[in-house]
Amino acid sequence: MEILVCVRRVPDTSENEIELNAEGNDIERDELVYSVNEPDNYAVEEALQIRDRVGGSVTVVTVGSEEDEEVLRRELAMGANRAVLLSDESFNGSDGRGVATLLRDFALKGHYDLILTGVQADDGAAQVGGMLAAMLDHPFASLVNSISVENGKLRISREIEGGNREINEIDLPCVLSIQTGINEPRYVGMRGIRQVASVPIPTLGAADVGVDPAAVGQKAAKVKRIDYFVPARGKGAEMLHGDRKENAAKVLELVGAKGGLK
Amino acid sequence: MGPFSPAHTHEWLVIGRSLFLTIHIVGVLCFAYIVAKRLVPLVRAERDLRFDHPLTRAGRVLRFWLGQWKHPRYKFAGTLHILIFAGFILLVVRTFSVLIVGVDQNFVMPGFTGQVAHHYDIVTDYAATVVFLCMVIAAVRRIVFKPGRYAVPSKYGKGHTADAVFLLALIAILMMADSLFAASTAARHGLRGGPVETLAVLSLPWLLQLALGASSLTTVSAAGFSAYLVHEVTFYFLLCYRPFGIQFHVETSLFNIYFAKMERGTLKPVRWGINDERLDQVKSFGVKKFEDFTWKHMLDFYSCADCGRCADNCPANAAGRPLTPRFLTIKARDYAFRHYPVFGKADNSKPLIGPVYSDDEIWSCTTCGACEEECPLLIEYIDKIVDLRRGMIEDGNVPQSLQRPLKAIESRGNPYGKMEKKRADWTKSPEVQPTCIVKILDGERDADTLYFVDSITSYDDRMQSIGRSTARILSHIEENFGILGAAEKDSGHDVRRFGEEMLFLALRDHNSHALKASGVRRIVTADPHAYNALKHDYKDVPPVEHISQVIAREVKAGKIQFNQIENEGKVFTYHDPCYLGRHNQVYDDPRAVLDAIPGLKRVEMKRSRDRSFCCGGGGLMLFYEPQEEQRMGVLRARMAAEAGANVIVTACPFCMANLEDAIKVAGMEGKMSVVDLTELVDQYIVRESCAETQNVSELATCGG
Repeated sequence: MEILVCVRRVPDTSENEIELNAEGNDIERDELVYSVNEPDNYAVEEALQIRDRVGGSVTVVTVGSEEDEEVLRRELAMGANRAVLLSDESFNGSDGRGVATLLRDFALKGHYDLILTGVQADDGAAQVGGMLAAMLDHPFASLVNSISVENGKLRISREIEGGNREINEIDLPCVLSIQTGINEPRYVGMRGIRQVASVPIPTLGAADVGVDPAAVGQKAAKVKRIDYFVPARGKGAEMLHGDRKENAAKVLELVGAKGGLK
Repeated sequence: MGPFSPAHTHEWLVIGRSLFLTIHIVGVLCFAYIVAKRLVPLVRAERDLRFDHPLTRAGRVLRFWLGQWKHPRYKFAGTLHILIFAGFILLVVRTFSVLIVGVDQNFVMPGFTGQVAHHYDIVTDYAATVVFLCMVIAAVRRIVFKPGRYAVPSKYGKGHTADAVFLLALIAILMMADSLFAASTAARHGLRGGPVETLAVLSLPWLLQLALGASSLTTVSAAGFSAYLVHEVTFYFLLCYRPFGIQFHVETSLFNIYFAKMERGTLKPVRWGINDERLDQVKSFGVKKFEDFTWKHMLDFYSCADCGRCADNCPANAAGRPLTPRFLTIKARDYAFRHYPVFGKADNSKPLIGPVYSDDEIWSCTTCGACEEECPLLIEYIDKIVDLRRGMIEDGNVPQSLQRPLKAIESRGNPYGKMEKKRADWTKSPEVQPTCIVKILDGERDADTLYFVDSITSYDDRMQSIGRSTARILSHIEENFGILGAAEKDSGHDVRRFGEEMLFLALRDHNSHALKASGVRRIVTADPHAYNALKHDYKDVPPVEHISQVIAREVKAGKIQFNQIENEGKVFTYHDPCYLGRHNQVYDDPRAVLDAIPGLKRVEMKRSRDRSFCCGGGGLMLFYEPQEEQRMGVLRARMAAEAGANVIVTACPFCMANLEDAIKVAGMEGKMSVVDLTELVDQYIVRESCAETQNVSELATCGG
């Protein structure tokens, strides 16, 4: 099975203190450390596991700049067969639809049976997967937390309200957005990354992808970010001031009152 | 009638000499074949450079092998073993002489004639008797008293008692046969009217000679021949049976101890003979299949005597984690026996993780070293665990709970993912300034001494107190010191012990460079893990000391004096951190410091010094979520209570973290507290200036 996984490099929320910049139009990016968007990493792991079960190959793609190569290299170290960077000045400032357009045109250059995205990016809007599926006229399922290949189709489960699962059968080719927890992504150590340090990562520009420059980038974007703000601190925290026994009893009572005990 | 000799016996129409010669040849050939087969995996194993320091190694053989140094740690079993071992050593010449007499009746071992022979016979009569009695006692112990450490949990298969008793019985038979042969030889001399040999009074041969009493010459001859045959067969059966189980240590122990690891606190390289620069050329890291172990580690597996002392002292085992060092070895040995059979083809190169070891088993080890400290055969465990982890890291097989801190160390230099620029924030507290200025050695300022803080003390709110106390102590003794601040990264001590060698090397190179650039002449740290890393894992860095060593020296020199302890109800006990105590032998300095505080009442826990019990593990172990029945820290806090203490003094931030959590978990709050040695010293130190004294009162009171 030929699998394409779309990934993104994001500021790592667990290793950064996210603050707004002085202008208030972006976050302070000077000292940020980045990593691959977490759900995307689960998507790559899932693709690798499917490949190892049924054969085929895994291609990882991202839209970005030279700096984004580091996440592609990490995914190569995990075991992806190839990685491609879509990068062109004309891509800068694309909205979700622009990114989906780029990915569609790239996907059409190959023959992918299955396209995976993370359920959403830490700084994203969970929109690219669905749009990409529509643009390709592929079936789509979101929040997927298990996949098995059966008779040329996929049997997938989706996370629905309350942690329940819904089982679906979906035709190939299709696009799926992957929920975290679907698997346990393997560790990538420094050695793994060094071993793929010399693997070439092709960079494709607008002409290579065959995308209409007018359909992507800042000018084509119809969703624009106009502000960032930190919500005002609200009230509502109730501090318990008893000894441990009293507090435990009180917590039980409060949780019970909200219907949290079954 | 000629002189009695088994070589000339014509009983049962068999000529003795031919029979015994055949048994000798078959026995020796079988043994040689079996041992050759056992050596096959060692030949296919990874290399291990253990041929250096022959004199030191020989000295260690005298101490640990001939001197049985570790055995008295278990008084009863140890004494029993020493007696058996001494008996065996004494009986070597006698046994070989007896064997040769079967084919050459006139054989006398060179040097064993006249008075020497007479005295040697007396001594060995007793030796055989003692060994026989020890076999009986050992069998009774195993069958009736069943010491807990010999039990085999059901997941590891059936018990080992039957096999152990079988072996004891074989040795007992050998001793009995030897004694009966000696008795019948003596009796025959008497019956022939020759000079009567005096056997050792009350020894087994003496008793048997009495029993033979007035028997006829034929009976005595028959007894002598039978005893000889039984001795011969048992000897060779035992010889050939030993390589199939725990008794193989009789042959391997000498080599195992000669080639044992000599340095504490260190780790084996990824591959022996390959330096760090060439690591990229190594195809596979660590141990993934049995053949990735070094030959010495395989020899360890063969040498294990299944005494259970490692497991008895293993904190992971005590806490119910899925690890016991004993079965780490036994399972590997069983693997070797199964896949390198004596008869049939080797079936090698199967993965170990999964079929033999579980992931959690390998991650459960805190590398505390209690097992290695205890093993009478000096079997190594930490290097094997780390090698298995290196393999798992390379295969990406790492629990999510560890992936996050590893990734954070890679990108931020600390496992919490906190900003580098905040690494020195702990110095900004009013408790440190203005009396004690902590310089940041960023190239513009210089100092003689570097305080290496490491991650947990730099970032953890609670442990920052240890950093502040350390800085104030260094300041009090007028040390010209500083810290690296943002330029310091995690020492990588536990990154390395969790198998992430390449990340460790990156951290080491970064820190080494920063240390050199700082121009300091020595390093001090209050974190035993950092201490161990800087001392053993780093190269070409200035000499490093743990703060407890610095304090002890200054106390001795009179530069540090203490006020009287205020609270009379406090009873202190010192908990030895593994990487200060066992791995680096710093036991006395922290105790000397405590004993220098006037009025401080100190008790020792039953498990202290080199038998200290790990708090739960430091470094990345704080992030790992083990499967366990209870926390090691809880067990340790209870041990402190048992000793009659209500304050545990430790000298390691990880011990502090684990023990403080444990006290909460065990519901011992208010009854037990933990204080770091530096905090205690900082609290009771006699300060001259008023400013300094004032600052003490601001300190969070700990234990006082």
